[in-house]
Amino acid sequence: MSKPVEIEEAKFDDIVLKSKTPVLVDFWAPWCGPCRMVAPIVDELAGEYAGKISFVKVNVDNNQKIRDIYGIMSIPRLILFKDGKPVTSIHGFKPKKELKKSLDEAL
Amino acid sequence: MKKYDVVIIGGGPAGLSAGVYTSRARLSSLLIEKGAIGGQIINAEMVENYPGFTAGISGIDLTQAMHQQATKFGLETLAAEVTGISVNGQQKLVRTSQRDFIAGAIIIAGGSERQKLGVPGETQYTGKGVSYCATCDGAFFRDKTVAVVGGGNAAVTEALELTKFASRIILIHRRHELRATRILQEKVISQPKIEILWDTVVEEILGETFVNKIRVRNINTGMDSVLDVSGVFISIGSQPATGYLKGLLALDAVGAIVTSERLETSVPGIFAAGDIRSGSIRQTIGAAGDGAVAAVNAGKYISG
Repeated sequence: MSKPVEIEEAKFDDIVLKSKTPVLVDFWAPWCGPCRMVAPIVDELAGEYAGKISFVKVNVDNNQKIRDIYGIMSIPRLILFKDGKPVTSIHGFKPKKELKKSLDEAL
Repeated sequence: MKKYDVVIIGGGPAGLSAGVYTSRARLSSLLIEKGAIGGQIINAEMVENYPGFTAGISGIDLTQAMHQQATKFGLETLAAEVTGISVNGQQKLVRTSQRDFIAGAIIIAGGSERQKLGVPGETQYTGKGVSYCATCDGAFFRDKTVAVVGGGNAAVTEALELTKFASRIILIHRRHELRATRILQEKVISQPKIEILWDTVVEEILGETFVNKIRVRNINTGMDSVLDVSGVFISIGSQPATGYLKGLLALDAVGAIVTSERLETSVPGIFAAGDIRSGSIRQTIGAAGDGAVAAVNAGKYISG
């Protein structure tokens, strides 16, 4: 069972942009209530999509450069990166079924 | 088709409290929520006026505890959107985006949705500078200029919350005085970061990838002007989420559900609780109280 890994922006290039498998980045912050609702769903998805998608988390309070590069002005925000490019961006809390649909369409 | 004694629509404090009561009363109960369990209050970092928590509690901790409590008593939860209700005598059918259910009684606790401004650019820039929640998104506007639209308690609270982050806050209000309570008005007026544009409405939200300007109009002079802002926080009230209930239940002038003292709607066996109910005080404790009242009376209705 794979779990999302918390990463810092210094490693964003290596872990996300240069990844051969698609990567879902969960942008979050400790003060964000809905982010805490999204987290357990992302944990489950990480298990279900193991091998197909890697899952990482980025705390936007500590990683403001990355936050600004991707223009994140509202969290929770899930962005799927494929070949170093953002292909799907999901804003706000969405039920698991809906998230799976967005990921399946983007893969 | 699966049948429940009680189907509860909405997973905020009203629906969760109803679920605690119905499932503890051994009524088979299903709660249907289209978004996040907890409702609007999950955006509140700290709820300071819910009795029993001397140090306050976050909205999410409060509602997750309510959900766990109800689940412990047997409440089932489904993530789906209710699309309609039909009534044929005692028989009630709840249609959802997933499956349909038969209910002995229904408790509608769907809360309210934030009112939109309805101006060009609003939908396009939502999440890209347009926000309806300063506690959620305020931190992204550190050292920036933002506008807050509205003049009630909610708008003024949003403006004050934003002083933690933004360098300048322009409060845009269509009247020449605020509707907010005196204590909040005093706070706003003594806050140097906040300036107020009276008698002014937003006409358009402009930007490229993100918001960078808004066009406003003074309603007295009719003069348009353009302001440079990075964010627009819209706080002009909320609307009961009753679109799918028109024609089925009696609603008041603003679309909230009219109920009796027992919180029963114009249709016997259908109850309403929380912000969706006409006359609601729009407070978590009020919603939780409503949920209990509706649940007890739903139980009485079922047992005839």
